[in-house]
Order: sequence, then structure tokens, then C-alpha cells
Amino acid sequence: MPPSSTVPLPRWVLAGAVAGALFLLLPLAAVTAEVNWAEFIPLVTSDASLAALSLSLRTAAASTLLCILLGVPLALVLARTRFPGKRLVRSLVLLPLVLPPVVGGIALLYTFGRQGLLGGTLDLLGIQVAFSTTAVILAQTFVALPFLVLTLEGALRTAGTRYEAVAATLGARPWTVLRRVTVPLVLPGLASGAVLSFARCLGEFGATLAFAGSLQGVTRTLPLEIYLQREADADAAVALSLVLVVVAVAVVGLSYRSAPGRSASTRSAAGRSAPAGAAG
Amino acid sequence: MSRCRFGTVITASLVVGVLAGCSNTAAQQRESGQLTVFAAASLSAPFTRLAEDFEAANPGTAVRLNVAGSADLAAQILAGAPVDVFASADEANMAKVVDGGLTAGEPRDIATNTLTIAVPKGNPAGITGFADLAGAGVQVVVCAVQVPCGAAAAELEEAAGLRLSPVSEETSVTGVLGKVASGEADAGLVYVTDVLAAGESVQEVPFPEAQQAVNRYPLVQLAGPADADLAAAFVRFIRGAEGQAALEEAGFGAP
Amino acid sequence: MALRIQAELPDRGVDVAFEIGDGETVALLGPNGAGKSTVVSLLAGLVQAENGRAELNGTILFSLSNGKGLSLPAYRRGTSLLAQEALLFPHLSAEENVAFGPRSTGTSRRAARAAARRWLAETDAAAFASKRPGELSGGQAQRVALARALAAEPDLLLLDEPMAALDVETVPVMRRLLKRVLAGRSALIVTHDVLDALTLADRVLVMQEGRIVESGPPAEVLRRPQNPFTASLAGLNLIRGGVSGGRLVTADGLQITVPDAGAAAQAAGALLAAFPPSAVAVRRPGAPGTADPGREVLSVTVTDLEPQGDRIRVRGAGLAADISPAAAAELSLGVGEQAEFLLDTSAVTSYAATAVPG
Repeated sequence: MPPSSTVPLPRWVLAGAVAGALFLLLPLAAVTAEVNWAEFIPLVTSDASLAALSLSLRTAAASTLLCILLGVPLALVLARTRFPGKRLVRSLVLLPLVLPPVVGGIALLYTFGRQGLLGGTLDLLGIQVAFSTTAVILAQTFVALPFLVLTLEGALRTAGTRYEAVAATLGARPWTVLRRVTVPLVLPGLASGAVLSFARCLGEFGATLAFAGSLQGVTRTLPLEIYLQREADADAAVALSLVLVVVAVAVVGLSYRSAPGRSASTRSAAGRSAPAGAAG
Repeated sequence: MSRCRFGTVITASLVVGVLAGCSNTAAQQRESGQLTVFAAASLSAPFTRLAEDFEAANPGTAVRLNVAGSADLAAQILAGAPVDVFASADEANMAKVVDGGLTAGEPRDIATNTLTIAVPKGNPAGITGFADLAGAGVQVVVCAVQVPCGAAAAELEEAAGLRLSPVSEETSVTGVLGKVASGEADAGLVYVTDVLAAGESVQEVPFPEAQQAVNRYPLVQLAGPADADLAAAFVRFIRGAEGQAALEEAGFGAP
Repeated sequence: MALRIQAELPDRGVDVAFEIGDGETVALLGPNGAGKSTVVSLLAGLVQAENGRAELNGTILFSLSNGKGLSLPAYRRGTSLLAQEALLFPHLSAEENVAFGPRSTGTSRRAARAAARRWLAETDAAAFASKRPGELSGGQAQRVALARALAAEPDLLLLDEPMAALDVETVPVMRRLLKRVLAGRSALIVTHDVLDALTLADRVLVMQEGRIVESGPPAEVLRRPQNPFTASLAGLNLIRGGVSGGRLVTADGLQITVPDAGAAAQAAGALLAAFPPSAVAVRRPGAPGTADPGREVLSVTVTDLEPQGDRIRVRGAGLAADISPAAAAELSLGVGEQAEFLLDTSAVTSYAATAVPG
């Protein structure tokens, strides 16, 4: 823990901080207050709810895996190489962060859809993306990938290249350096990036709705279920919202506990903060 | 929107008080002859035109038209949104508002709507009627049963004795139209008016069974903030010849 | 010859050529920014030369012309690097750090472990084998890092100021350790410290502004410095000039009598004279004094006064004089004042300039 500042902050900063925190927390409190507790258990354990929750967790896990597979190489290239147009590539990679998700969904539709850019090719390979769980995973990966790339690239930059240089002079090939030095050093960053991506996948709505459709157990994830329930049964929507909030809080809480975000360049700090799993 | 007002009150009183302007629209409204109308999304095009016509016929009047899904609108009205007239796309959501005791008059139907089959341009799957939708390999998209167009589709399936296996149950007509227009789906069940509004992007395949599930559009005057006579005048205007003509032109059936 | 390198890197203003013999330890000295670390990086394969060629034990490290040609990647060069900071991999124990090199080059887990133990013992670090880098002091970490560099069994060991970041108390221990492990090993050690050069190196190279300006056995180079940096390392005043009438005359007009000036001047165009600051006394101008033939009087403006051990160093006209604090108090000189330096000419060594002036 860094020592708290000895110079006190101006009071108005504290007032602003309180206002900001309330602004974020009040809506959550309001949702909680709105929950019909008598009906809560039946509402969240209905077939539709459980199907949505299970689908959300499964697709978010698969998407996170895909984010890692695609995002780690991307982050490495962005952090460790120089090539013309790199700034442009980075901006484009981060585009889904600022793009309305529904735009992402439409873009995916015109890429992987039946009539899309790759639709014909995929069709020939016997892959039907439209209205499948695969479409949900693609949509989630599309919106969540920048979170992983951004977090990991930051971690890589902080870790620097000095350890990698030492490893190379000791005779380690690039793959060994990556596996035994680079990845263990940025493991906390990778973990927090993955958790952020997972959380973003769980919350994904717009791109899924536009690209994958909505069918119970196949494409109707928890956010889509909430949106739909809201039409007919407000109590169910509120109860499911609370479930999603709780899952998200748990996931984010976990990430902040596991990722101390300390720089790996300070010898002593990095030594202690490296997770036990990295030792092997 | 009522959400805005609700949120603003909390935020304003508890946090900063910056956005307070939003909460006294009711008072401003009465002075300026403003009328707030909540209408189902499918009524968007005719109501927009009718609102303009009404303003022109009643100088000094401003009609604020809020268009969304009927369930959303009903929920907002029940949450205290200041609304003078409500037009729903189904009877269920109208019933909620009536049960909430917020009406200033009896709801009466202003239009009807029937389902039709929307197919992508060129009708690649060669759909010719309702029975084709149950064919193997046909990708059909419908509305979820929780929304009016989905309820109507379910009713139709029941009446026709046909089980559809949709690949997606969308939360709105827009969702169904989007999937059809992009060619993802081979066919979708939407309202006649939606196909008309969608223009070139989709084609219609009419089918006789559609008449077995007719959707009714009730309209009611609410105890809103505007002058009751003004609201009543708007209701009369919609129910009158001019209103009916505009609705018919948009594809709606007579009530 | 273990290493032969000639390399040019115009971007960093580096252009060097030197050799390291089998089992020879060479110290690379030079002021900050001279390009010493660049030379290390060129050898380690962390920076690529524009032009040049290097060969280590018969293997070509690089052979480049205008940035094109052959350049072995760092991991195939057999040049371990020990830098100022230990840079132990923070997620590995000390032993795993040392075993890293052998493991990376295909040694079995068991053999790598045994090698790690052996090298940790060699560097007096066996006690820390199971510790994490975060639990080690700076000196302990550097010993483990040395073991790690040695365990890779390099053909050439590169040491880039390996003691610069250590505590004053730890430096002598590390220096003794280095002396032991460097014996008979081909190594290049970059240092600031003249003591490192004297105790560890068989030969020194002095680098300035990207060029190697002096080379030779440490004692020789330090006794007869060719340029001001080397002279300052050796703790000597150095003046350079031409010979006129048996006297050395500098470009600034300073003149002193030097021993056997005639012979020295015949050997080369320019003459150098070196003498320690302790051979210079200071007095105020016009102060009464005997005219001593063994003393040269130089009028200077005082540019700096600073403590130097138990003496006070007075600087003027590019020369240094060390006087006792008592003498300094008596003189009570200030910066910018005039003074006279009295040089004991018997302490002056003069020799021909061989290198390009720095």
C-alpha cells in the first residue's frame, strides 16, 4: 500500500469525490431497493433465467479465452515492435471501446453474416454463425478485446525490456523468453485484463442483439433476458439485474485483489507481488 | 422521459443540483400549451405527421411525441411521467395504465394491425405462405412472446395449428426487420405497417391466416399536466377523419 | 585472440576497434556518454552496428555493411551480460535464476540445478539459493546475478559497471569476488573506477566520444595518461603543448620546464607533462618567496575550491593543487581571485603524445 499523502486534498475535491461515488452507487442501491425479495428466488431460478445466466457465463468464459488468444499477440506486437502505422493500428484496435456496441454488431453482421464478407466462405466450411452461440462469442470478443490489449500493453510497457534482454544474453530463445520471462512478469496485468474482458463480455448487449439475435439457451444472454423481461415482468428484470450486478462486482473485486498493478521494474516490489502460480 | 426526471430528482437533491431544470417541465407545459403524447413505436410515422397537423390547426400548441415500445411507455407512465395521451400497440399495456388509475376517459381503439411475412429482397428462400415458415432449414425470426408482435405471432401459430422454430425471438419489430433486411434470416413475422415503413429493404409475403390474429391499438386521455380540453381535442383529432386517414395510409386497419 | 571487433554506429557516434585475448580481462574506461554501454550492447547483440565485424572464438557475431549482413541474435552469441542492476527475474528463486541460462540452452533440469548450486557456491551466494530476488540485498542480488551470468558459460563475459549501484561497504567484497572469477576468463568490464581497472583488468581501453583513445596495461596507461579523462582517473594534472627552448608551452601560454624535453620532443610533435596535485603549492600573488630553481611559478585565476580527502583542492587554469586545510585557511582564497601555483618540477613526468587529443 502506498503511504497516504501528507498534504491534504482541498475540500472541494472530497465533495466531488463523494458526489461521484454517490452518482455511481445510488442507481445500484435503487435497483436493490426495487427487488421483490419474496419472489426473488423463483424469479432468478426460472428456466429462462438460469438458461440466460448459464449462457452468459459460458459465452463470457469462451470469449475471454478468445480475447487472450488474440489479444496477447496483439499486445506484444504493439508493445514490443516498431512498424510504420503502429499508432493507427493501435487506435483501430481500441475502436470498439468507443464505438456503440450496436454498430459493432452491425459490422460483425456484414463480416460473418450469411450475406457478409466471410459468410460465403464460412458457409462452404459448414460453419453457420448466424443465430448461433458462436455469434454471441464473436460479438463479446469484439467488444472486450480492447480491454485485454490495453491492459496488457500497459503492463508490458511498465515491465520494460531489460529482463528480456538479460534472458536473451543468457541464451534463451525468443519463445523461451516469452514463456519464462515476459509472460510471468506481466501475469498480473494479463489476469486483470482477462477479468475486465470477462466483465465486459458479461455485460455485452448491443452487439449481441444486433448480430446474434435472441433465443433462450442459444443466444439470449443475461442482459438480453433482462431487456426482454422488462417488457413483461419488471420484477424479474430487476431481480436479474441484481444477479448481474453481483456477478460483476464479484468479478471486478477479484481482479483488483489479484492485480496489484505494481511495476515489475522495481526489484523488491515485483518479487513480492508476483503471484505464486508464476513460480513454475 | 420519466426516468430522466426521477433520476434527476435524486441526483439533484442528493448530489449536486445541477440538472434541476428537468423536474419542473409540468409547470412550463401548462403555460405554453404543450401536450405530451406517448405512442407505440409502430405509430411513429403517422403520429409524427398528425402531431404537426394538430399543431398547425391549433396555433400556440406544441405536441411532444415520445415513441417507444408499449411496455416501456406504460412503465414510464406508471412511474409518474407527465403524459397527456397514450396510444398503445396492445391491450395488455393499456390495461396496466388503466389499472393504475391514471386515465381521464375510456380507452378506445384507433386502429388495428395484422402480421405479415417480411422476406429479404428477392425472397431467397422462396417463401409463399405461412406454412413455408415451418419448413426445414428456413431461418425464421419472430418477436419474443413478451412483446406485442410476439404475442400476436403466438396467437397466430395457435390459430393456424403450426409450430414455428424461430432461430431468434427478438425484443422488438426493429430487431426482426434488421435480421431480415440484412439477409441473416429468410423470413420474419412483423406488422403490415412495419413492412410499409421499412420501404425497399424488405418484401412482403401476405398470407390469409394473418386475419386470425388482429392487434388492436387503444388510445386514451390521461390525467396529465396539459389542459384537459387540449388533450381531449387531440384525442378527437386522432379518432376523427383526418387521424383515421393518416393511419390507414400507414397500413393500419380500421378499428 | 578471443574477440576481435570493429564496429561503427553513426547514430550514437560510436566507432571502435579492439581485441580481447584468450582469458584476458579488459577494462573499458571513459566519461559518461562516451559510448561504453553501446559497445557492450553491440557485443551482446542488443544493438546492431551499422558497419563492422566481430568474431568471438571463431564465430562471427556480426558482419555488417550499411546495416545489412549477418548478425547473430543475442541468444546465440555466448556473451552473458551483468549490468549495474542485478535484474534477477523477480518471479524465480535465486537458484532458478542461475539455472535459467543452462535450462535455456537445453540442459536437463537436474543438471541445470546442479550447475546453479555450483555457481552460487562459487559466488558465495549458496545461502540464498531458495530466496526470491525481493528478499535479497543489493550486494547479494548482484552476486546471484554474477552466478547467473557465469552459469551460462559464456565465451565472453560482459560486465557493465557491475558495482556502480552497490553500497560502499559491499563494493570491496564484490571486487574480490570478481577478481577470483575473472582470472583466466575472457571478459570486458565497463567501469568508472580506476581501482577496478588496476585490480581486475589485464589491459585498459579508454573511450571518449565514441572512440577508443588509449589502450595498454593499466599501470602504464595510468602513469602516462594521454588525455584529460585518463589523467583525472589517475589523479594527475595533465598539460599538453609544444617544446620551445627546453620548455613546454601550451596553447594557453602556460610554460614549464620539463625533464629531457629535447628527447621527448624529437619523438613526436606534441609533449605531455603529468604531475600530481600534491606537487603543487599555492600562494597569493606577490607574496614574498625565495626564487627556487626547482619550482615553476604559474599565475592562475582560482576557478574552484573543494575538499578532497583531508586536503583542499584548488583549481585554476585547468590544473589542480592540493593544499592542507590550514594553508587554505591562511590564504583565504576565493573563486575568481588571482593566485600563484608553485609546481615542484621534480614530480613532473613528460612523454610524447601518441593519441589523438581528447
